[in-house]
Amino acid sequence: MHRFTFHRFWAIVLKEFIQMKRDRVTFAMMVGIPLMQLMLFGFAINSDPKHLPTAIRAADQGPFARTLVAAMRHSDYFTLIRETDSEVETQRLLQLGEVQFVVNIPEDFSRRLLRGERPAVLLEADATDPSAAGPALNALRAISTTVFDRDLIGPLAQLRVPAGPVDFRIHAHYNPENITQYNIVPGLMGVVLTMTMVIITALAITRERERGTMENLLATPVRPFEVMSGKILPYIMVGYVQVTLILLAAHFIFNVPMIGSLPLLYGVALFFIAANLAMGITFSTLAKNQLQAVQMAFFFFLPSILLSGFMFPFRGMPEWAQWIGTCLPLTHFLRIVRGILLKGNGPFEIAPELWPLLLFLTVAMSIGVKRYRQTLD
Amino acid sequence: MSASSAFVIDVTGITKRFGDKTVVNAIDLQVPRGEIFGFLGPNGSGKTTFIRMLCGLLTPDGGSGTCLGYDVLTQQAAIKRHVGYMTQRFSYYEDLSIRENLDFIARIYDISDRRAAVQRSLERLGLAQRSHQLAGELSGGWKQRLALAASLIHEPQLLLLDEPTAGVDPKARRDFWDEIHQLAADGLTVLITTHYMDEAERCHRLAYLAYGNLLTRGTLEEVLITARLTTWTVTGPGLRELAAALRRQPGVEQVVAFGNTLHVSGRDAALLDTAIAAVRDPQHEWTRVRSGLEDVFISLMDTAKDNFA
Repeated sequence: MHRFTFHRFWAIVLKEFIQMKRDRVTFAMMVGIPLMQLMLFGFAINSDPKHLPTAIRAADQGPFARTLVAAMRHSDYFTLIRETDSEVETQRLLQLGEVQFVVNIPEDFSRRLLRGERPAVLLEADATDPSAAGPALNALRAISTTVFDRDLIGPLAQLRVPAGPVDFRIHAHYNPENITQYNIVPGLMGVVLTMTMVIITALAITRERERGTMENLLATPVRPFEVMSGKILPYIMVGYVQVTLILLAAHFIFNVPMIGSLPLLYGVALFFIAANLAMGITFSTLAKNQLQAVQMAFFFFLPSILLSGFMFPFRGMPEWAQWIGTCLPLTHFLRIVRGILLKGNGPFEIAPELWPLLLFLTVAMSIGVKRYRQTLD
Repeated sequence: MSASSAFVIDVTGITKRFGDKTVVNAIDLQVPRGEIFGFLGPNGSGKTTFIRMLCGLLTPDGGSGTCLGYDVLTQQAAIKRHVGYMTQRFSYYEDLSIRENLDFIARIYDISDRRAAVQRSLERLGLAQRSHQLAGELSGGWKQRLALAASLIHEPQLLLLDEPTAGVDPKARRDFWDEIHQLAADGLTVLITTHYMDEAERCHRLAYLAYGNLLTRGTLEEVLITARLTTWTVTGPGLRELAAALRRQPGVEQVVAFGNTLHVSGRDAALLDTAIAAVRDPQHEWTRVRSGLEDVFISLMDTAKDNFA
């Protein structure tokens, strides 16, 4: 008598699909949010900024100074927009933010270099945003060690930078060109699912209570689990549409490498989608109306996006923040997605990230079902 | 239906508490098959809570009994399959069409030959022409027809109606009641709550609930007789001053203006006579009348308040 029956479950599924079709705003949100985020994060965000405006104050016009300026010009990081010999002007440019860097070459630069006195070049940086200046400064360091090698030949060869005792070779795996999109676009999959899945389910169930249709539903023989699973199934399908949209964009627009198994990714996505839907159900049992449901979803969404390693490097956060991050499903899903797509991880490699996801799903689902039952009486 | 009870609804001592507030207090109720039973009482008197306990939505905190022969405490799933419940507020899906709503409910109850059942239901209630209209676009009267159709689609043996005619025009109300009487004639038992006295008079039997207590029940005649209320009407000039004077007299419990007449009622007939004699003059015409249902219920409610305080 208390068994789960397919016909009641299916009745709920069909009803949800009809309602989803009629509710244009929610439907637009399901497709619009992934597209908008892809555009914003995919095209707009770059953690490795290049072509930064740079001014040069060169008091020396000798060959070595020209070589240095030419080398900076060739690197992608600097765009020389101004040459000046006024210190007042360079300070003003920095202050106004018109340039990110000022390179000061002293007047006896070439001469002192030839004498082997290791002349100083002063690089002034607008370091208000450390992440904007950082990669360019690293690039300059690399330039400085080799830039004069072509000029310092014959007897001058002894002025070259002596090699250190150890030869460090750097091999950047998985994303050697340091392309931000390779990191951001797969991560977006998790962010979009977190944002839409939690809000949509929280709304779908709160709406039934707010409009009074829940009472009617409860007076029929339909079981709570049939209502819940019947409501979840359509949204799992929506989640998969979003996953597919993002994967298509990742492949065709952003050329993100996809080394690992896509079926594996689709399989794992089910648990992540379900974990977020379960979270939405839990919120819906706490919220009194749809507005509250949305507000609660934001309480979940904000730490997810900030502490999961999507926006900032996870290991750069203090320990307490890493602990919070570890409790969030997005953190683990990000590692799984990036692992499968960029590193070609298989089931064995993702297992350490999969079980926390399953644990979260189990806990959220049991709280959701338990609280949902309580709302009946 | 089990043989142990001849009644469709047979409960004793049904009690429901929310926190420390007793919302339904030890109610006994027996309703035989095919009867239209009217449930009256002020807002917040526990009518809706009582109905929710009958249809398996809430579990009573105390008492026992059966609904359609199933135990109200343990067999709620079975009760839900055979009871039709129409909620106070329209509670079908406004973004679904009439047909989609009926089809949804028919699927939930797993009705065999669903399409035919939905079509029958549409035609019987005259909704066939509008079947593709969204429920949210319907007027109050049509929404009510849809809700009735949906609550009948699984052919229940008991229909629970919670203020079904609130906000419905008089013509639609009359049609609705004709429909209810037709259903009762076919053997359906109906329990209905209402605030309208003319509707109460169309019920076979009535009960009056206030502050969770069942104050009176029986046929219309029985309710009027057991109330033992005496009512006089008076016409003439200066009724407002007269009403004020009457209200100061002992034994006068209600003074209500109906257009150009006052209705004056009290439970103690002798005391009421004395009170009237004190203010009587040749300008006014006094007539003893039969107490109306409304007079009786207002009197009941005032007494209940006294007990409660």
